[in-house]
Amino acid sequence: MARLEEYRPIVGSDTLEELALLARPLAGKSVLNVNSTAVGGGVAEILSRMIPLLRELGLDARWEVVKGGEDFYAVTKKFHNALHGDPQTVTPKDFQVYEDTLDENLSRMPLEEDFVFIHDPQPAALVKKRRALKNHWMWRCHIDLSRPDPSVWEFLKPYVEQYDACVFSAPSFAQKLNIPQMLIAPSIDPLSDKNRELPESEIQAILERLGIPLDKPLVTQVSRFDRLKDPLGVIEAFLKVKSYVDARLLLVGGTADDDPEGAQVLAEVRERAKADPNILVLCLPPTSHVEINAIQRASAVLVQKSLREGFGLTVSEALWKGNPSSPDRSEESRFKSRTSIRERSFTQRMAPPIG
Amino acid sequence: MKERAETPFRFFTRLTLTTLTGLRAGSGRELMEGIHTVPDNVIYQHTHRFLQQHQFLTPEPPNDFAYWATQMLGDEELGERLTSVDTVRFSNLAELRRALSSAIEKHLEKRGDGRAAPAGKEFHFTGAVRFSIPTPHAAESLTEFAEALRKVSIASLYLHIYEARLRPPHVINDFSNWFERELGRPALAKKVAGLDPYTHTLEGLRAKIISFIEQEESHGQA
Repeated sequence: MARLEEYRPIVGSDTLEELALLARPLAGKSVLNVNSTAVGGGVAEILSRMIPLLRELGLDARWEVVKGGEDFYAVTKKFHNALHGDPQTVTPKDFQVYEDTLDENLSRMPLEEDFVFIHDPQPAALVKKRRALKNHWMWRCHIDLSRPDPSVWEFLKPYVEQYDACVFSAPSFAQKLNIPQMLIAPSIDPLSDKNRELPESEIQAILERLGIPLDKPLVTQVSRFDRLKDPLGVIEAFLKVKSYVDARLLLVGGTADDDPEGAQVLAEVRERAKADPNILVLCLPPTSHVEINAIQRASAVLVQKSLREGFGLTVSEALWKGNPSSPDRSEESRFKSRTSIRERSFTQRMAPPIG
Repeated sequence: MKERAETPFRFFTRLTLTTLTGLRAGSGRELMEGIHTVPDNVIYQHTHRFLQQHQFLTPEPPNDFAYWATQMLGDEELGERLTSVDTVRFSNLAELRRALSSAIEKHLEKRGDGRAAPAGKEFHFTGAVRFSIPTPHAAESLTEFAEALRKVSIASLYLHIYEARLRPPHVINDFSNWFERELGRPALAKKVAGLDPYTHTLEGLRAKIISFIEQEESHGQA
């Protein structure tokens, strides 16, 4: 795991100095982060890198994951989609499953740290313990909450308003709430296996091992197999442009413990991919960070055609690596692309965007 | 002229946490109404914080309102009017707010309500919680000052050069104030005060100030 000192050439000495100044009054304070999966997805990726850095800065930071059965994750996936604005049929039983599962978690989690950060809707109702504990609770929302399905939002909102504050990733996600709302952009780690520099020989070896030919330019979408990432839409877009551009489409992703729909979406994508031998579908384990890095670096264009996006880590990853990217319609991705494109100039592998 | 100051210059740095208001504007009129009513920290966020955040490019619109009017609303004339509001000239946020509001009002009087922003391109009013933190860097002489200036963040530079105007003694930046009051160097103070934030990046300003100090020191030795 990278030490803070290793970031000095990237962020500069002044940033490291400011981090130390900010951390000083918090030295020794306990900070607990809670989410719903230890591997797969952006939140787990962020926390796995951030917790060691917070500890190095002197904070007693920890990370816990809520436990739930298949029924819980089926319900929270419905919540996730509904909060992203995709209407769902949520039954009273679904709400009961959610409450019961979090009550079980509450019975085993002391949650007595000075600061408790709860990530996303899955563990949001843990806040019901807050009043008895009198510590500080923050809800960190990583999803696009700009047009939530009212049935789920009206259920969740009373829990959210029990927090001291909540944090969103884009201004348009703000809601009318009686607690302070903050904006903090999530970030990628330039020194992680997923983003560090790779020698060309390593990139070639990884692509060879994965069976990805490089005889044609690669147009790639990296994302979980999730309907909101619109992998079928990417295939349709590729089929439209392939008569003009001789390229290969690569849809690469994995599954997350808290996403029960993944296998079904993957099966649909594989079926549709049969339409053209130039479409490759690759399902990798959630720990395949260096493989994703190599694929991104080898690609001519990186696509992120999400219908909704809480953050869009892959757009940041593409920009960091200097790849042309074709971001989705989501506000956060467009914002990032606009600002980042104004910061960086692309000289590598220019190709027209699709989608 | 003195070699060492009685009161050392302590460098501070400034950090901001962005807050969300849930307020938005979809037209020039709604933007003006928002500017009328939002708290001062929202005006600060879209002017001073914006200016510092976008310091790496020049020329750059001096405030978020101008950027939105031009890029999202597609109203270049309104964008120009807002661009001409010189954020760092104002010694308080109330005056800055009035100038922004007046620029939009004049435009609406002349052009009518004009166009509306496309769906999803509305202006989102955000606020700022601002933290000033003392850094370990301090200076008693020009040489020490230049050495520290090489190390501090650009946020520190912005705080002492431009944001200083919002604090007493108004109108003068912290560096110029210290050069003149503590070291008796009015010419250096004047040169630093005359730096234009819209034609330099903050890194460019840092280099300029260091070169002014080096010139001052070499003249002193000559």
